[in-house]
Amino acid sequence: MKEKNFDATLGRVKTAMESGSRAPMWALVFETVVKILTGFVVAALAFILFTIITKGGPHVSWEFLSQPPRDTGMAGGVWPAIFGTFFVVLFMIMMAIPLGVFGAVYLVEYSRGGFAARVIRAAVSNLAGVPSIVFGLFGLGFFVLFVGRNLDYMVYDIPRSESELVEKRARLEANRTELEAEARTGAEAEAARRQLAPEEAQAFVAQRVVEATIPSTRPVFGQGAMFWAAATLALLVLPVIIVSTEEALRAVPLSLREASYALGSTKWQMVRNIVLPMARSGILTGAILAVSRGAGELAPVLFVGVAAFKPDLPLTDPVDFGLFEVPVVNPFTSFMHLNYHIYTLATQSPDPDATRGLQFATTAVLVLLTVALNLAAIRLRNLYSARNR
Amino acid sequence: MTALAAPHATPGTQEQKHVSEPPLLRVDKLDFYYGEKQALFGIELDIHQGEVHAMIGPSGCGKSTLIKCFNRIAELNPIVRTQGRILFRGRDILAPGEDLITLRTQIGMVFQRPNPFPKSIYENIAYGLRLHGVKDKATIDDVVEWSLRRSALWGEVHNRLKSSALALSGGQQQRLCIARALAVQPDVLLMDEPCSALDPIATARIEELIIELKYSYTIVIVTHNMQQAVRVSSKTTFLYLGEIIETGDTKQVFNAPVHKRTKDYVAGEFS
Amino acid sequence: MYREKAIEALLSVCATVSLVAIFLIFLFLFKEGIIAFKLAGVGDFIVAKISEVTFDPVTEEFTKTETTGYVWQPVSDQPKLSFVPLVWGSLLIAALAATVSTIVGIACGLYLSEMAGRKLRGRLKPLMELLVSIPTVVIGFFMLAIIAYPLRAFADWAGAALAPILGDWVSSIYTDTFNAFIGALGVSIVIIPVIASLVDDSLQSVPQDLRDGSFALGATRWQTSWRVVLPAGFSGVAAAVILGFGRALGETMIVVMCAGNAAQLSANPFDSVTTMTARIATEMGTAGVGSLHQHTLFLVGSTLVTVTFFLNLLAEVIVQKYRSRIVS
Repeated sequence: MKEKNFDATLGRVKTAMESGSRAPMWALVFETVVKILTGFVVAALAFILFTIITKGGPHVSWEFLSQPPRDTGMAGGVWPAIFGTFFVVLFMIMMAIPLGVFGAVYLVEYSRGGFAARVIRAAVSNLAGVPSIVFGLFGLGFFVLFVGRNLDYMVYDIPRSESELVEKRARLEANRTELEAEARTGAEAEAARRQLAPEEAQAFVAQRVVEATIPSTRPVFGQGAMFWAAATLALLVLPVIIVSTEEALRAVPLSLREASYALGSTKWQMVRNIVLPMARSGILTGAILAVSRGAGELAPVLFVGVAAFKPDLPLTDPVDFGLFEVPVVNPFTSFMHLNYHIYTLATQSPDPDATRGLQFATTAVLVLLTVALNLAAIRLRNLYSARNR
Repeated sequence: MTALAAPHATPGTQEQKHVSEPPLLRVDKLDFYYGEKQALFGIELDIHQGEVHAMIGPSGCGKSTLIKCFNRIAELNPIVRTQGRILFRGRDILAPGEDLITLRTQIGMVFQRPNPFPKSIYENIAYGLRLHGVKDKATIDDVVEWSLRRSALWGEVHNRLKSSALALSGGQQQRLCIARALAVQPDVLLMDEPCSALDPIATARIEELIIELKYSYTIVIVTHNMQQAVRVSSKTTFLYLGEIIETGDTKQVFNAPVHKRTKDYVAGEFS
Repeated sequence: MYREKAIEALLSVCATVSLVAIFLIFLFLFKEGIIAFKLAGVGDFIVAKISEVTFDPVTEEFTKTETTGYVWQPVSDQPKLSFVPLVWGSLLIAALAATVSTIVGIACGLYLSEMAGRKLRGRLKPLMELLVSIPTVVIGFFMLAIIAYPLRAFADWAGAALAPILGDWVSSIYTDTFNAFIGALGVSIVIIPVIASLVDDSLQSVPQDLRDGSFALGATRWQTSWRVVLPAGFSGVAAAVILGFGRALGETMIVVMCAGNAAQLSANPFDSVTTMTARIATEMGTAGVGSLHQHTLFLVGSTLVTVTFFLNLLAEVIVQKYRSRIVS
């Protein structure tokens, strides 16, 4: 095979290289467009934060933060919403941290690359991709309607269906005399203990006697409640905690693990004394991000316990701690939520324009809260990534 | 010392240019800084047309840094700072107004690890041409064939030009990278330890190729392999801790080094 | 040693929670959703039967006409449960939002990874994360209170100003104050930083060798980014866009608050639309426990979670394929 003669072509190419129509105009144009678009996104962030804080800031006062809302939310403050958001997120993180951290420890330390780990990781990444409203449906369908209703059935004998109601009614009817007598003795004893006036006591006893044979259908657990909302949110933020904990655990050098083994520690001793303490700030970063995410989501808790207007805090009757009696948070009741408050005021109230100030103020509170949490997480991460370097 | 006696270790002295001719590349008092840390100290070096110039020295001595100054790839790292001049055909290429694009078509480079683009073999070579406005398909076809022939790869790949370059073996990938550099018609070829990631057989083929190419290109090759320097180069420069200790004909540097450090280094590697 | 075994068992239980959760999510959504099929036919969720009773005052007769249509009116006497307007709205908003955020998100990711430099990138990346962390209700409220009304005013003004040329074209196009466009814009604000971050990550994982190789051939920064880095990171970018689209489909509160929430089939982006998510969010609270309406909403949720599941799967497959290609 004879080689072609390339000289002419090469000469042409060489000329092209030297004259070259390079650094074309459109490249500059594209580069500028990319810069402008990025600048635009940063500007949008600044504009959103600026608008909300300047429009909401003036309405935020101590009274606004500490008072319950009045007139179905048209006036007053947002204290119950702050309270509800705080506690639902607190319960959420109390559930999510142990599950997430221990789960990540298992994935990183105990099951290196096995089939189980692969399946679980796939599940975690899938869980992270599930739309938040779907968590809401799940919270309603699983926690409230399934777990809650069945708990009610088992603990309080509350019927789950029409047929069970009929059955229970018949059961109560059959034992009417017995039940009434039992209720009467109980009620009389309680009336005596509470030292009720005779008329009051009579009414109280009569009420109890009547109630004794009417099957209760009022759910205790089988309704939207802070606890179920927290559990739903815990599942939502679980991937956040698992992923950041895994990252933090992997950053712990292998040599330290080996050193610990060399001193004769068991696996768990090594994890507890060496790995977890070293991964602490990474885990904390994940936890803060999870809190911020949990506080910022509304769709998952929409059907699982948020209340549009509930000025009373979700508290129990005072609980006797011996030295003092104080009410504690009742996790099995509905609660107000900052996100839901904004949503209802802005879209569900008869005159949204009248409460724009309150809406901006509530939004400002929520934004400051989540931005502060995120800045803290970013700071913390920079701190420990600088230290690890 | 046996390697020196090997018959093929007589790199072309016959095409040595007249000493009076001005050098193709002249490095003039070059200082180089990574941030605060100085990596090169007052480098002075001439590289003439037609040389195969080997840079040797222990790891971290600045030999790679030096050749990356020749096409100004080093400054992709923003903390880098240089002082001094590098004259290419009498023009200071470190001057602020230098047209880097033209410079880099004139001074091509082959890297330590084969780095073909995740495109087809054909597109890898066409890339450089397209960058500089060559659009004509027949021209590109021709240059692709020519480059692959020059880099001794045509026979192996001519029937699968459209398949991915990543499917080639390491040695083939490196020869593809050489072909890619040749396609834009450079005068100088910089090679930064081109064989360090390859097995001995692939290494031998690249060395054959270098010996082949030296008739058409000026080649500057960084290597940590003494035998390789002896086999392929006509001139050798020994760097140590960012300074040039010795530079001269390869034979002289290896057989009769002037400086003790050079002697130790060359001997240390051999014994 | 029993202690160690017990601890390992406990840890493995914690790890399994995610797996159990994803399983239960599918189980309970489908369990509640499938009941809807028992209460209504499969076809009813595509084409709704509509019967209208009209009274003719002359003949004094009632006439009942039976028609069908893509109508979602779950709380009328005869529930009309066609998913078509909801799915259409979801796709319209997701497509609009994905288009905007693909362009802007890739631009931001490209800028972060290839143009910003290490220092600026270190500052911009947290800002992107901050933008993601803003609660969606806040974005929805922002779009509703700050963007929608001025845009309405602008459209009215432009309509009046251009009336001599265009007639009432502008007002016939910009129909609703709260519309798909506003909703999609709000959704984009959430998705742009997500895509930007993922694109940046996947471009950062393109080996520096390839950039050096391109620069050494005399390529400019833009040529290198556009012809080498982006194609090399293409799978990661594609996965980012798919995930972004999935996020857009699943976005709820922004759409509820500013897309108008009218279940209608319209290709005009300035018409009010509703989505699957928005209907679940607004109607589930009032749908009676065990009613057809509730089960239908669960069925809508099942559809949504299935679609997003496959989108996530697709993105995952693309990324895996990409990883094996880079390694070889």
